Amino acid sequence: MIAKYALRFVSLGYLAVLLVAPIGFVFWQTFEHGVGPAWDTVATPDALHALKVTLILTAIAVPANTIFGVLCALAIVRHRYPGAGIVNAVVDLPLALSPVVVGLALLVLYGRGGWLGGHGIVFALPGMVLATIFVSLPFVVREVVPVLREIGTEQEQVAATLGASAFQTFRRVTWPAIRWATLYGVVLTTARALGEFGAVSVVSGRLAGQTESLTLYVQDRYQSFDNTGAYAAAVLLALLALATLLLMTRLKPNEGVQ
Amino acid sequence: MRRISLALIIGLAVPALAAGAAEDTKLTLVAYSTPKDAYGQLIPAFQKTQAGNGVSFSQSYGASGEQSRAVAAGLDADVVAFSLEPDVTSLVQKNLVAKSWNKDKYKGMVTRSVVVFVVRDGNPKKLKTWNDLLKPGVQVVTPNPFTSGGARWNVMAAYGGALRAGNTPKQAVDYLGKLWKHVVAQPTSAREGLQTFLAGRGDVFLAYENEAIFAQKKGQPVQFVIPKATILIENPIAVTSTSKHKTEAHAFVKFLHTRDAQKIFAQNGYRPVVPAAARGFNFPTRPQLFTIEYVGGWAKVEKKFFDPRTGIMVRFIGSSGG
Amino acid sequence: MAANADILPAAPGARRSLAPGLSIGISSLYLSAIVLLPLAALGWKAHGWGAISTPQATAALKLTLELSLVVALVNAVAGTAIAWTLVRDRFVGQGFVNALVDLPFALPTIVAGLTLLALYGPKSPVGINAAFTRWGLLLALLFVTLPFVVRTVQPVLFELDREMEDAAASLGASRFTTFLRIVLPSILPAVLSGVALAFARAVGEFGAVVLISGNLPFKTEVVAVYVFGRLESGDSGGAAAASVVILSISFGVLLAIGALRRWVTRHDR
Repeated sequence: MIAKYALRFVSLGYLAVLLVAPIGFVFWQTFEHGVGPAWDTVATPDALHALKVTLILTAIAVPANTIFGVLCALAIVRHRYPGAGIVNAVVDLPLALSPVVVGLALLVLYGRGGWLGGHGIVFALPGMVLATIFVSLPFVVREVVPVLREIGTEQEQVAATLGASAFQTFRRVTWPAIRWATLYGVVLTTARALGEFGAVSVVSGRLAGQTESLTLYVQDRYQSFDNTGAYAAAVLLALLALATLLLMTRLKPNEGVQ
Repeated sequence: MRRISLALIIGLAVPALAAGAAEDTKLTLVAYSTPKDAYGQLIPAFQKTQAGNGVSFSQSYGASGEQSRAVAAGLDADVVAFSLEPDVTSLVQKNLVAKSWNKDKYKGMVTRSVVVFVVRDGNPKKLKTWNDLLKPGVQVVTPNPFTSGGARWNVMAAYGGALRAGNTPKQAVDYLGKLWKHVVAQPTSAREGLQTFLAGRGDVFLAYENEAIFAQKKGQPVQFVIPKATILIENPIAVTSTSKHKTEAHAFVKFLHTRDAQKIFAQNGYRPVVPAAARGFNFPTRPQLFTIEYVGGWAKVEKKFFDPRTGIMVRFIGSSGG
Repeated sequence: MAANADILPAAPGARRSLAPGLSIGISSLYLSAIVLLPLAALGWKAHGWGAISTPQATAALKLTLELSLVVALVNAVAGTAIAWTLVRDRFVGQGFVNALVDLPFALPTIVAGLTLLALYGPKSPVGINAAFTRWGLLLALLFVTLPFVVRTVQPVLFELDREMEDAAASLGASRFTTFLRIVLPSILPAVLSGVALAFARAVGEFGAVVLISGNLPFKTEVVAVYVFGRLESGDSGGAAAASVVILSISFGVLLAIGALRRWVTRHDR
């Protein structure tokens, strides 16, 4: 019993210092002067357009990375092929690059004089989509792989023995088991895609009202000494992430906990 | 449900993004961050003139070096406005800006400023000269000159200030070395530097006058001192050689040099390049003001101080820490 | 045990889980187009390998790697504890805390940096001043990496069969022994997955850490800032070269974590 409370105390204390306090502070800063001023700063045409850009980036990056994530996790766990270990490690690499360098890499590839340069990819929406996909790529894979390992192959083999097709096996046996993990992966991917700044900044060209995403807008507000505006837009991003989580938990089957 | 809402979002947003692109004459202005407010007033003013009638603008603001690299990598710009000349020079080398860009009356410059000491209320440490910064216990905050091109003005102000005090170039370099031992934070940008200072770190923050004025205007609790010897900052502007609307772009740059436009710059804390526009504003002159030419010009200075391999500052920034 | 699934031979059932050609093909293609192609372009651009051998660069690299390893270790313990608390414990406001876990990702880095400086800087309302030291760096990195281990362990804990635990408990095993012998082996691959992510993110991050760290070379400068400095100084070749070196080291560490995971699961058998 003591152990239980000690663990609860330690984990919640850690969360309080590292998570709840900073996020509470952001909300407090935003609504310090009431809801009105905060609302005013995010209801401007530039902010709304930035929100739209962010939603488009997320709406493309998240489904793409989710489909890839599940397939890649299956490839890593269920199939033995040379290089599986390398694929497994490459998946994490996008995180180890600082976002500015991710942007540089995309510029080198798609920019003026690049290998695939001159197709209007960078300094436009496609480049921003690529950057967003790049930085949010690992999450679904990383969520699904451990669960696939944990559940093992017994049930799948049983299904196969009973004559189920590969697709039926996936849909009836594998998918229900990894659904919960996939949902978390989707939530993480969404949060990361919403919050990305560095890489998108480099490839966007930051054209206000055209290629400015909500995080770029936050930077712009901060640069103009409008901290309320910056915080308000940040809260909007946080709320989008929360909404995703709530939506995902709604979709989640009721399997006991929560 | 979710799929439908996503489709809706894309369906609504994509046409909206694609619109707005088709206009008769649209100039793209790619500039560094600080003059954003000024251009917010200047562009409507230009559109009211005959030359600016019917010209619309796309605007992009960001860190000077990053903006310059974006243009080099293919960001279509008609007019570029940067914090310091080397950011234009690098575009000249790539044939994106004509070699003759700085051959006009203003040498390609559109605004000026000076390097100042931002200090705590009442200047408790009485910091007035560059030598005061070396007093025991004085802590200095400046952006890192390698991550913030603009911070190079600070370094050259300090170096030139030491020269003005009668030092030899070698002694002036020594001064820089000593100064950097007093540096207690080197954030990556000017804005972060101010944030660090306002959070309570350091006794003095090295900044541009226009940024200090801008911060004051935005209600930040900031006070500043202009040292007797300091550098005259000059910010360049240029029309790109890739511009499809050169006539309008040149007209815009020309407009920015009119007295009315320069006055708007002055209202935003910049020192005008047209002397008549400064009338009515308080921009104290300093007897020992010097330009970048006094310390050798950007080409020489970049190589001597800021070469990432062999520059003098590579050594000094490592000795910071107070 | 089920955790050994990955080292089972590819039985007929495995081949049937989804057409292998499809999942391997699509995922390799996607990885190549999105990740490897830009990285190749970066490597092609890289020249001036001296950029990473200067004292300042090696100091920054060493600091970054050390910090990232510490961050990975702290996350391994704290993240597992939090995941456990969120899945197995019951307390008021649990759903609320669970909902907040992903937010460090969604916050733009400037806002995260500003907030951390305000809360844990010189004017801290709670009296904790970690700014301009390595503690500040650590704090900021722990903030941005917090979701990883929590979110990788959570679904596995959730899927975990509790019968084994109940059986162990009924046989007289203490809670701790049960955890160590029954739960830990099952969740360890997930923990290591999260740890690998946290490590990688810590190596690459700089937006959120720069404000609170003061960014002093040799003291609190992380390697990503150093690389950015190279880029800003017009040495993009050197910046690319340094990035490639960092990537190779990270790749090595990630492979090692993968090998550790395989060793752990094998050992467990």
